Amino acid sequence: MAEAPLLDVRNLQTHFRTPDGVNRAVDGLSFHVNAGETVAIVGESGCGKSVTSMSILRLIPEPPGKIAGEILFQGKDLLKLSDREMRAIRGNDVSMIFQEPMTSLNPVLTVGKQIGETLRLHQGLNKQQAEQKAVEMLKLVGIPAPERRVKEYPHQLSGGMRQRVMIAMALACNPKLLIADEPTTALDVTIQAQILDLMRDLKNTVGAAIVLITHDLGVVAEVAERVIVMYAGRKVEEAKVGDLFASPKHPYTQGLLGAVPKLGSSLTGDETRLSEIPGLVPSLKTRIEGCVFASRCPRATDLCRAVAPALEAKAPNHVAACHYSEKELLAA
Amino acid sequence: MSATLQMNAPLLRVDDLKKHFPLRGGLLGGVTGHVYAVDGISFDIAKGETLSLVGESGCGKSTVGKAVLRLFDITAGQVVLDGQRIDTMSQSALRKIRRRVQVVFQDPFSSLNPRMRVKDILAEPIRNFGLAKDNADLDRRLAELMDTVRLPRDAIGRWPHEFSGGQRQRIGIARALAAEPDLIICDEAVSALDVSVKAQIVNLLQDLQAKLGLALLFISHDLAIVEHMTHRVAVMYLGKIVEVAPRRSLFAAPKHPYTEALLSAVPVPQPGAARKRIILKGDVPSPINPPSGCRFHTRCPYAFDRCKLDEPLLKPTSTGHLAACHLHDLPAVQNPLSRDVSPLH
Repeated sequence: MAEAPLLDVRNLQTHFRTPDGVNRAVDGLSFHVNAGETVAIVGESGCGKSVTSMSILRLIPEPPGKIAGEILFQGKDLLKLSDREMRAIRGNDVSMIFQEPMTSLNPVLTVGKQIGETLRLHQGLNKQQAEQKAVEMLKLVGIPAPERRVKEYPHQLSGGMRQRVMIAMALACNPKLLIADEPTTALDVTIQAQILDLMRDLKNTVGAAIVLITHDLGVVAEVAERVIVMYAGRKVEEAKVGDLFASPKHPYTQGLLGAVPKLGSSLTGDETRLSEIPGLVPSLKTRIEGCVFASRCPRATDLCRAVAPALEAKAPNHVAACHYSEKELLAA
Repeated sequence: MSATLQMNAPLLRVDDLKKHFPLRGGLLGGVTGHVYAVDGISFDIAKGETLSLVGESGCGKSTVGKAVLRLFDITAGQVVLDGQRIDTMSQSALRKIRRRVQVVFQDPFSSLNPRMRVKDILAEPIRNFGLAKDNADLDRRLAELMDTVRLPRDAIGRWPHEFSGGQRQRIGIARALAAEPDLIICDEAVSALDVSVKAQIVNLLQDLQAKLGLALLFISHDLAIVEHMTHRVAVMYLGKIVEVAPRRSLFAAPKHPYTEALLSAVPVPQPGAARKRIILKGDVPSPINPPSGCRFHTRCPYAFDRCKLDEPLLKPTSTGHLAACHLHDLPAVQNPLSRDVSPLH
């Protein structure tokens, strides 16, 4: 790749000081996102995926949080910017969609005002221009009767519509990078399908790169191009979406994929018992020697418990943090 | 799963169940309208069978569960457990029946009393229903329950906050089992759990059903889990059942446009899977003022004039489903659902 990536996160460490020790929520995470690319970060509760997204936008309160490492956006380290410089980037070049469309909109401002706010702030539009642009944005995200909706308050909209408004807000300033943190988790299936469809369409028209944070492997398969699997604050595997689902290399990823029933399994006769990942995610407050997944890994050896595996290439464009190759894992 | 189900007298029969919640408002606090949460549904469950109720938020599936548990009085209809009507039963008679129908709730954090030890949580139903002969029998039962849900026996003296979400859900299941029920209502019992933990609980429920011959009313919005667990599926939309069918045939060839759209909308963990996707327009209408005729006609891709006027009844189709759709009255060439095509392929 000749061009520098749009976002380059290097050795990100986000730790929180708590009364009973330091919580290493994200511990040495590196990844990049190219312009126009959709990268998904998947993992279960507490793996650090949301903390990663909040860290990129520096939305982590410090203290008790502490962000270290480098977050290069278009070559500039976001962690070195002043608060004022950071404010000029948030909602402008980098914007975010949150999970809860109910709580992330301001209940006492009309939808138009909220979309207009970013436009007035970042693009210097006046009141009328901002409202006009807000109507355009609502039209873009497929809200019927945008001229009327723009004057309404969040409580007058359904959950799906609120999420559309969130997307309109996030896209208002033509961001280069959009961070979507569980954008469809709170929505019903048919509404989720509408929103995913909308995100795919908008990606083609707007061309922003997307970092999609989710726990839903189905959503990942539908929208992502590249996937990062996180476990206990670290990246354990990264690959193109097709490669990851076709041949996962890390035992955790293999376990995750085996734990989800596949829709249509009763038709293909592919009805196996779901695979379980025994045990629990380790506490992030004690430093883990060795592989973070060793305590739950069915193939863990003494080596795994003693030495943390580095991310190594298991196939072209496919890295995993495991001491063993696929053949060795199968044999074990 | 047991392939041979006793299909004679059902364990539970629900007949034309209605539950309307009054809306109060205005100056005098009078009734200004109703939420038609459940509006005339019928189904039955055989001994040892799993019936899943699926649908999106607000379709009334949880209300059905609560009505079967008789957590409130119903507006109309009948709920019959093993030949006895429980919707009209007196509270004292109901106490004996309650043992036979137990529930596992969605949220393992709020459904356990934080001030009771696991031991007391599990002993309560055993004592209430007088199931233990003496203290030694009680202890034996408690130890067995812990084994059954695969929790360590020595954890029984601990408090709920000492357990993870998945472990708490196991305690919730053990509490339901303590009463030795015939039917367990699982109201989104695995929805709040992480993927790997969800698999553990799903496997546990399947094992328990095979071992104890329990019937399950599995209320869920997760179609992949439903397909994995269930014998039969009932699909609900706005307070009505729109389709009932055995699992395989429902997923192979749905006979209601809503079921078809619902199946096609689920994202599958299979990149590049080329599927025909039906994206429904708009939102679910309000159950306070449901649409006329077929309740789905405002979002249905196949709706025609009759759908706005006439409410379709749940009728058998040629493939043995029950479906409430006027399309099946049309000649087969005009019925897009007569093709036996799964929206999953």
